[in-house]
Amino acid sequence: MKNKISPHELSADERINNFKEVVSGYSRQEAIEEARRCLQCNDPKCIGGCPVGIDIKKFISQVVKGDFKGAFYTIKEKNNFPSICGRVCPAEYQCRKACLFTKKGSGCAAENSINIHFLERFVADYGIKHNLQLPLKANPKLTNYRVAVVGSGPAGLCIAGELARVGMKVTIFEGLHQSGGVLRYGIPSFRLPRNILNYEIDYLKNIGVEIVNNIVIGRTKTLDELKKEFSAIFLGLGAGIPSFLGIKGENLANVYSANEFLTRVNLMEADKFPDYQTPVNIGKNIIVVGGGNTAIDSARVALRMQAINGIEPDVSILYRRTEQEMPARRLEVIHAKEEGVNFRFLTQPVEFISDNKGFTKEVESVKCELGKPDLSGRKRPIAKKGTNFRIKADLAIIAVGLRANKLLTSLTPSLKVDKWGDIIVDKSMQASLPGVYAGGDIVGGEGTIIEAMGMAKKAAASIIINISNN
Amino acid sequence: MKIINKKILAKNQTTKIVQFKVGSEAIAKKAKAGQFVVVMATEKSERIPLTLVDNNPQEGTITLIVQEAGFSTKQLATLKEGDSLYSVTGPLGHPTEIKNYGKIILVGGGVGIAEIYPVAKTLKKVGNDITTIIGAKTKDLLILEPELKQISNLFYISTDDGTAGKKGFVTDLLEEVISENSYDLVYTVGPLLMMREVAKKTKEKKVKTLVSLAVLMVDATGMCGCCRVSVGSETKFACVDGPEFDAHSIDWKEVLRRNSMYTKKEKHICRLSNHEK
Repeated sequence: MKNKISPHELSADERINNFKEVVSGYSRQEAIEEARRCLQCNDPKCIGGCPVGIDIKKFISQVVKGDFKGAFYTIKEKNNFPSICGRVCPAEYQCRKACLFTKKGSGCAAENSINIHFLERFVADYGIKHNLQLPLKANPKLTNYRVAVVGSGPAGLCIAGELARVGMKVTIFEGLHQSGGVLRYGIPSFRLPRNILNYEIDYLKNIGVEIVNNIVIGRTKTLDELKKEFSAIFLGLGAGIPSFLGIKGENLANVYSANEFLTRVNLMEADKFPDYQTPVNIGKNIIVVGGGNTAIDSARVALRMQAINGIEPDVSILYRRTEQEMPARRLEVIHAKEEGVNFRFLTQPVEFISDNKGFTKEVESVKCELGKPDLSGRKRPIAKKGTNFRIKADLAIIAVGLRANKLLTSLTPSLKVDKWGDIIVDKSMQASLPGVYAGGDIVGGEGTIIEAMGMAKKAAASIIINISNN
Repeated sequence: MKIINKKILAKNQTTKIVQFKVGSEAIAKKAKAGQFVVVMATEKSERIPLTLVDNNPQEGTITLIVQEAGFSTKQLATLKEGDSLYSVTGPLGHPTEIKNYGKIILVGGGVGIAEIYPVAKTLKKVGNDITTIIGAKTKDLLILEPELKQISNLFYISTDDGTAGKKGFVTDLLEEVISENSYDLVYTVGPLLMMREVAKKTKEKKVKTLVSLAVLMVDATGMCGCCRVSVGSETKFACVDGPEFDAHSIDWKEVLRRNSMYTKKEKHICRLSNHEK
């Protein structure tokens, strides 16, 4: 069997003092060679592994023929933002895990499974370069209807595109001064360059989507007011509220949530302080707590901030399980290691220790061992008594997940939520209020970008059917 | 968001207090006493919370008052009539619970005087007996004196240097006032240290006290947790759980520490901007 083709990457030295994209895409030749490795199975399982059901077999066969345009349309039929998903999807847990090259029952894709995500990215970038877009198919029955989308994250952008394409008038309301939600404040530009995100947002504006920033639905406008103005409303509020560990010293100065740390750098551009005026502190010994993509992103941003500020990089990720249980994308873990991020597995913080000015200086931790699998299916970490030790930490970033933001739902009691505060929807993604739909992390808790888009597409289809039938 | 009117309310050699009337129909329609907005002067600015001092739904305007302190407030103060703010978001936070509490003392310090005004006005309307204590470093920095005097049953002033009212701090006056009469509520806004001292005095006298915390924030919609404060045994976010909290349950030491996290950066940026001038 042919060897897999890996795309070019910046070396660790080339990338740790900037925010340039780490992975460059395939060349045409590389894309074709990688596509040729695909066995074009009769029963392609990869398609089932994709949360939006891209016809992977078909688009790969088109790449083999050099029909990149055709491949682009094949992908676009199912995925509105392949340029984004091709960069951030955890393909090793989705399509690539379902690839024939991955042994059945494996937790993660095999090394030599087809690099579907890199191929998707190549095709998407080809589309951007040649300004390809799916033709609009305005449905005259729908053009007089207005839909409000709350939140401009992955779900909101996706549904806006779906509905604008059929001619509906879509207005996105975004609380922040810039659009993109987690794609902008959360995911660093070395994983998702801002020109890609801006391109996708600009395209939506070009096809008539209106984006209104600085509007907090619930406060600036209520859901009831939106219902009077719009035929349907989609709530893509995101997950929102950062979780903390609930340990002593967690509110000391220089203990950040990952959301705060990343927002200060990614959205507010604190890396360009003082030209940009939002500050962020950078420590000499930084620790990050957590094992997901947000933890890895935080660690890699923190390490870059150290390098940019002339501080010898020293960033450690503390995770209470082992590498195997980490939910982060494998590639990010590898990149983080290459860049010099330390990993301390089976380590659980129990207290932040203060210096004499109220800043964290150390984190007291305990060693863990793994017990039986818990509800998440991962082995449960058990703290070992008497194993306390301290790690230097003059800055700490907590990346242990998010909970539902109740800002809108608490002000709209008629909107039913579950015990976690997530919005309850039916199969058509409709919430307990007629005409109100929801999707993304505010439904069912934290998921991936592509899962959010999948829900948004489902909601879009329901909105179109419900309005057409009225 | 256009600045429709700018007024310098007070100034001395070191600082200015500036009032802006800003056009925003949506916020003007919704704003309630006790709420705030988040403002960015330019696209490169910090997001800073400012209390909504007044709103005029007919006119579609809101009133904000800023005292020059750090870089961002100084930058805001340089804006002129006709200039636009890059972004204004709100109204945010829970409004003050307006009801008849009985006898209330409102204590405002510095630019905090601007922030007690909308609350005092609204509480007065529902029949509360209002005692107001305002304080500033010096006479030149006292603001909204006639407006507050008009709605107060009792009205006191203190200045650090004695140039107006009683010489000393608002807390000295507060101590006298609460010793003479019994009160149902104290509501205070001002510098963190002042609010902490107010809380100490009223705790001794067991008078329920509310403070409005305009601490450091980024998104101000609950997403980042920058503004977290320990209230009793719980961690609260000032932006979505507040901005008002029971002054006696707040961990003031922690609030003070978290809000001086960027002192070094602040000095750096202020030094640079002075060089440019």
